[in-house]
Amino acid sequence: MQFPGRRKKVIGSSQNDLYDHCLQFYGQPPLENISLTEFETFAVERLKLLKSVENIGVSYVKNSEQYVKKLDAEFSSLNFPLRTELGDRRVQGGTSEYEKRRKDHISHFILRLAYCQTEDLRRWFIQQEMDLFRYRFGELTSKHKTDFLHKNNLKYETVSAEEKKSLKDKLITSSYGLSGITVEEYDFYKVPFQDALDLVRTRKVYLLAGNAYIPHHEIVTIVLNDFRTRLSKALAMTARSLPAVQSDERLQPLLSHLSHAYVGQDYSIQKNMGKISLEQIDALSGKSFPLCMRHLHKALRENHHLRHGGRMQYGLFLKGIGLTLDQALQFWRSEFVKGKVDADKFDKAYAYSVRHMFGKEGKRTDYTPYSCMKVILSNPPSQGDYHGCPFRHSDPELLKQKLQNYKVSPSGINQILELVKGMHYQLACQKYFELTHNVEDAGFSLNHPNQYFTESQKLLGGGLEIKKEVDMSQRSQENPANMTRPSQANSKQAHEEMGDLDSFFQDE
Amino acid sequence: TAGAPSSAWACLPDLLPLYYRRLFPFSQYYRWLSYGGVSKNYFQNREFSFTLKDDIYVRYQSFTTQNELEKEMQKMVPYKIDIGAVYSHRPSQHNAVKSGTFQALEKELVFDIDMTDYDDVRRCCSAADICSKCWTLMTIAIRILDRALREDFGFHHLLWVYSGRRGVHCWVCDDAARKLSVAARSAVAEYLSLIKGGEETVRKVVLSDPIHPFINHSLSVVERYFCQYAIVEQDILGSKESVDKVLALLPEDILSFPVVLSQYQYFTSRYQYQSNFTILSEIMLQYCYPRLDVNVSKGVNHLLKSPFSIHPKTGRISVPIDLKELNTFDPFEVPTISLICEELERPRADEAEDDDVKDKENEQEAGERRRIRDYKRTSLAKYVKVFDRFLEAMARSRKGEMLQKSDLQKDF
Repeated sequence: MQFPGRRKKVIGSSQNDLYDHCLQFYGQPPLENISLTEFETFAVERLKLLKSVENIGVSYVKNSEQYVKKLDAEFSSLNFPLRTELGDRRVQGGTSEYEKRRKDHISHFILRLAYCQTEDLRRWFIQQEMDLFRYRFGELTSKHKTDFLHKNNLKYETVSAEEKKSLKDKLITSSYGLSGITVEEYDFYKVPFQDALDLVRTRKVYLLAGNAYIPHHEIVTIVLNDFRTRLSKALAMTARSLPAVQSDERLQPLLSHLSHAYVGQDYSIQKNMGKISLEQIDALSGKSFPLCMRHLHKALRENHHLRHGGRMQYGLFLKGIGLTLDQALQFWRSEFVKGKVDADKFDKAYAYSVRHMFGKEGKRTDYTPYSCMKVILSNPPSQGDYHGCPFRHSDPELLKQKLQNYKVSPSGINQILELVKGMHYQLACQKYFELTHNVEDAGFSLNHPNQYFTESQKLLGGGLEIKKEVDMSQRSQENPANMTRPSQANSKQAHEEMGDLDSFFQDE
Repeated sequence: TAGAPSSAWACLPDLLPLYYRRLFPFSQYYRWLSYGGVSKNYFQNREFSFTLKDDIYVRYQSFTTQNELEKEMQKMVPYKIDIGAVYSHRPSQHNAVKSGTFQALEKELVFDIDMTDYDDVRRCCSAADICSKCWTLMTIAIRILDRALREDFGFHHLLWVYSGRRGVHCWVCDDAARKLSVAARSAVAEYLSLIKGGEETVRKVVLSDPIHPFINHSLSVVERYFCQYAIVEQDILGSKESVDKVLALLPEDILSFPVVLSQYQYFTSRYQYQSNFTILSEIMLQYCYPRLDVNVSKGVNHLLKSPFSIHPKTGRISVPIDLKELNTFDPFEVPTISLICEELERPRADEAEDDDVKDKENEQEAGERRRIRDYKRTSLAKYVKVFDRFLEAMARSRKGEMLQKSDLQKDF
């Protein structure tokens, strides 16, 4: 496999030939040079897409109307190819279809490098890519579907008219939604039953002599199995060539972070610094804090102390919602002093770490508030700790009690516990948001505690002015004529995000 | 009930060595599991497991030759023999293999039908007992599954075996079957499953329109046997308790129909009540349709009782079933180890001469020949013949394939 950025190879064919279909099997790796900037950008954007695919897939029935709508929106905002013809006119100010397909191609291969390393990562990657593929294939017209099959050597035999006639009744009773007329009109494919296991398992297809007789519109299931097999093999092969890639110093940090990447805002730049007063915190903790922070705040108030893990998680969160360094010092000191710590000791021992959080000591790195991923995956709490994610780390019984104390309805609690059982911790927290704010749909995909706060304040019409950072993808649409400047800004932000990821792996 | 001499168990230590020395059909057995020697080391990499006296269980047994198999079995005298998968390496050396690389590669597709799974719908027996009345369930199961595996899935080489006590096994030996993945095996088993639900489920069969051709085929088999089996033999309408069980499967509004409860009429009256046909079909299927354990069929490394092994509780031999004689197959006629050992001891006048002649030949050959003559003198003979025919068919099939291949190669 050749890696982008390593070798130069002339592309002989024209643009049109290389990406002549909006969907592909990713059989051939890309053979061109790309810049490191594009490498990072493409990877992060595809990761965002896959995470959306995952979240939307859990929140809505796959392929239902709402699912399609939500996923469509993600495709547009992230600029991935969906349905259009190659020759279509470039949408005003947007990315051309060719560019979208190129990004699709390259980004897939980059993520293979990041996700081939462990069984869990492979499984996750394959699942999302399959859902993505299923969705895109389903959106193709009939003609495009057939084109795709032919271009990819899926030479499934079509059933002759005579055979169809002799089997007509059997075909009608075995496949959903067929009548005598449709059996005559539609193409049927004869596929070895091993390639159509989903249909065989549920008995939704006619079987004869080891072949499944698949109507044209069902062919997606078959194609998906083929896709999964190919991708699985490819990932295994990629894993073997990975050491060569990892030896490239430019790529190694990017790849090792991608598989844990948080790809949203980092809340490090406080646009609302100083807009919160300490007196507001108690009230805010009940109204706008996610459960983890509400829990930490309560523990701090009750015990007048928090251990290191809790101080970091909560302290950085407070910084993210706008506390200044002075406010933070005042806040922690006043609380600790009520406990076993006198003012002097606080100044000597704890104040340092507060200043450290704000980047005023030591390395002077301005630490970023933890994302949900980080809270869930790293540093699990032990006895006497109050940090972590309650949906992940609390015993379900205790979680239930806590939610009851916070006056969440019994049916709501059940919904949350179901999500917890399915290990969808962020969605459980999102559900908590919806229940405590009395809305049906949170309207956002939760992956950061500060995001929870921001969205909550937005909803409650809070007095704080929250300025959202412009999304990377929006920026790239702003200035098509002058692609270099936005991409530089993109790269800076991308670098920041990647750089901040370093802190992910550094234990304070 | 599945009677067998109660002395069977006590005699096993004496009978088993005799069985393995003189009766077990080793050469056919080896021929089967070598599959024509097409794949290298196929027999050598096959796992066997033995249960020895005092319930000692040993796994990962493997053998390099037929001779070694014989010697080991004669030495260890297993009470039970199971056959597992063909692995990537010799199972007996699996500890020496780098962790993670020792893998199950191939195995026959197997099915296990156990009479205890029908306890909720048979009145004559329960648990490990079987009788001629409920044996019909096995006949129905074999007919339905055999047809489906051949006609729907295109398999050709099926070996049906009586388990020795209360059920039957099916070994699908086609090349394609042996190469199936776990997912494929599970899909085949689910395609063949219609009974869903355990103890808490009352209505275990739910059919929806339109009815799949496979279900229709299965229904026509069930219908052939239903009246005789369910109404007459099982007498499911014969007591209030059992009638209630049937009624429990009907949707509530049906009970307001003027249902005629006299035995035969109720079920023939379905022709008048066409709209109830689905419900009646569901009832018939619930009482008769094969119940298989998906987990047995799913695993590539699953171990299943070997044909020609003994069932320690009954003493009966796990014999192949001749489908041509399925309707007359009687599990109580299947020979026990004591019977065939006894038959072995019966002197035969014409044999004495043959022995003298053969003494001059190579000892092993003589032993082999004697063994071939030996089982032929017993009731085991006809079952080994069934096995022989099965092996012949596979050999012919392999030959046909090789000719096809070489034909293709000769053409440029």
